[in-house]
Amino acid sequence: MSQWQKFVTQLTQATQEIVASIAQFLPRLMVMLLIVLVGWLIAYVLRSILRTILRLARFDKLSEHAGASQLLRKAALPPSSELLSRFIFWIAWISFILIGASVLGIGGLQQHISQFFGFLPRLFAALFIFFFGLLAASFFSRAALLAAVNADLPSPRLVSFTIRTMIIVFALSMGFEELGLGERTVLVAFTLVFGALMLGLALAFGIGGQDLARRFLERRFVHERKEPKEDELSPL
Amino acid sequence: MAEESILTDDFLRELMNVGEVDLVIGVPTYNDAKTVGQVVQAIRAGLLKYFPRHRSVIINADGGSKDGTQDLVRAASISDLQHVTNVSALRTLHCISTQYPGGPASGTALQTILAAGELLRANASAVVSPDATSIEPEWMDRLLQPVARDNVDLVTPVYGRQKSEGLLVRSLVYPMSRALYAKRVREPYPTEFAFSGRLGSHFLAKDIWSQEVGHIGAEIYLVISAIAGGFRLAQSFVGTKSRVMDHSSGDLVFAMRQTVGVLFWSLEQYFPLWSAQTESQPIPTIGAEHEISPEPVPIIPKRLYEMFVRGVAEIEPVLKSILSPQTLGELQRAATVPEGNFQYSDELWVRTAYEFAASYHKAVISRDHIIQAMAPLYRGKAYAFLEQNRDATPAEMENNVEALCQTFERSKPYLLELWNEKK
Repeated sequence: MSQWQKFVTQLTQATQEIVASIAQFLPRLMVMLLIVLVGWLIAYVLRSILRTILRLARFDKLSEHAGASQLLRKAALPPSSELLSRFIFWIAWISFILIGASVLGIGGLQQHISQFFGFLPRLFAALFIFFFGLLAASFFSRAALLAAVNADLPSPRLVSFTIRTMIIVFALSMGFEELGLGERTVLVAFTLVFGALMLGLALAFGIGGQDLARRFLERRFVHERKEPKEDELSPL
Repeated sequence: MAEESILTDDFLRELMNVGEVDLVIGVPTYNDAKTVGQVVQAIRAGLLKYFPRHRSVIINADGGSKDGTQDLVRAASISDLQHVTNVSALRTLHCISTQYPGGPASGTALQTILAAGELLRANASAVVSPDATSIEPEWMDRLLQPVARDNVDLVTPVYGRQKSEGLLVRSLVYPMSRALYAKRVREPYPTEFAFSGRLGSHFLAKDIWSQEVGHIGAEIYLVISAIAGGFRLAQSFVGTKSRVMDHSSGDLVFAMRQTVGVLFWSLEQYFPLWSAQTESQPIPTIGAEHEISPEPVPIIPKRLYEMFVRGVAEIEPVLKSILSPQTLGELQRAATVPEGNFQYSDELWVRTAYEFAASYHKAVISRDHIIQAMAPLYRGKAYAFLEQNRDATPAEMENNVEALCQTFERSKPYLLELWNEKK
């Protein structure tokens, strides 16, 4: 066999192999494209359903209460119900794309795909913690603000801000722990902030509040006759 | 059903020993040792003097006093009467003290008294506050007689007051409840009142006792329920209201939860009723319709003004979610006016109150926070009200209260408009 014939044979064989590979791959690609297309449709329907449910459940109002809406507005992002709907759309669609990709049978991709699906519940848990952390921060900071104003305590906004910050930091640290991101860093940061705050408060009360503490203890244990305050008019 | 849950076995035994009665007088207590003896003595004297032919029982519903209140009630019930020496009962007069479960709550005490009254088939019942130090035996006659004799279902009191007393009632609870429910009940949150067995059973059957309103503020809800149920109402001048100031009586936020909170809450329950009412109607009044002491206000607490100014500034983010920009803007401008020229007009106050009521309905934030946020604004109105009436005669002051009431009535469509706005 001449060299030329040998070349032609190998070329034909290679071409046949490529054609065979393409013939083998093409249906998979088509299945993948179909999955991606169906996935897009499902994700789109999911987004529409979720958007309606969130609107009916007045999720934007809840988000407003939690203070999340203000944060989103500052960041020029859409309302929280729209954001969550879009998020679910992308999560659903990406999931379908990955399922489609797994059909292609590309080596090594399977492991990443299963990792992604394993990560999803943690992502949702972290988002849940963030959101309810914001809700709790908003509620308790407002409660502290109102209580401080009505009790005529000094610096009500500072008290309120401190409580809000502490709860948000706490929620963030829990959320990041759930995601497995910088667990130690966040934990250490939280410990430092909390410790510093407590030390600061202890010093502030210890040094600045001596008289207040004395008066409180006297009222509590000595039972002195209570002096009527100027504004203690019986409202009823 | 209510009796089964609220009345203890021992209390039931005592009630069974008493048997059927004509009159039940309930005295809700919690650590009232200083005054309760005097109050029970006056009640007994009143019953002996004005109802000697009626079978009566005094029921002390105690919230777990630790100062011997219950012992004092029992002692007062068997001690010699100082008020009446020559009168004795022709029928039975019992006195029972019981401790209701769940800790001190005026609503639970009322529920206990209502349940006991229903069990004993009392025709007429009254509730008397244990700290009513100015009580006279005549109060029993003035409260109970319209129910026992004239078939009235609810008798609320009218008190003689100092100018600086009962400001929350005068400036908000009375005018607003009058405008909404169209009945001129001077004391919509009565601490002394009388009611028929029919109204007692009607109110006892309400599904409120496991809710917050069933624990605090049941008294105002009783009045509103009586109006809504078409019961016969009357009010009776009893005398000067004088109370011992304790820790809770000066707590404005607690007082607002008991009264304003329940009033706002009731608006949802009775929307068809109040939205259809227009002009308020007087109710029969026995004795003076009001009696304000002519003495000038001794001190107008500057702290009221200061706490208003500070409150408006500090809770601005909270007020933004409750009030309209226009109302908030006007309040912020008012807060910049120096103390001497400070004014909180009736129109602005009414708008404030209605916007708070609508926000409470829409639950724009936690409802309890809405009530708390109203306290600093009320302080401003109380200060302006005292300034306005510093040297006013009782008639002038009454005219000012009437003007406020009319402003509330005139502006009622504004509340309806807010109420029906999309949430």
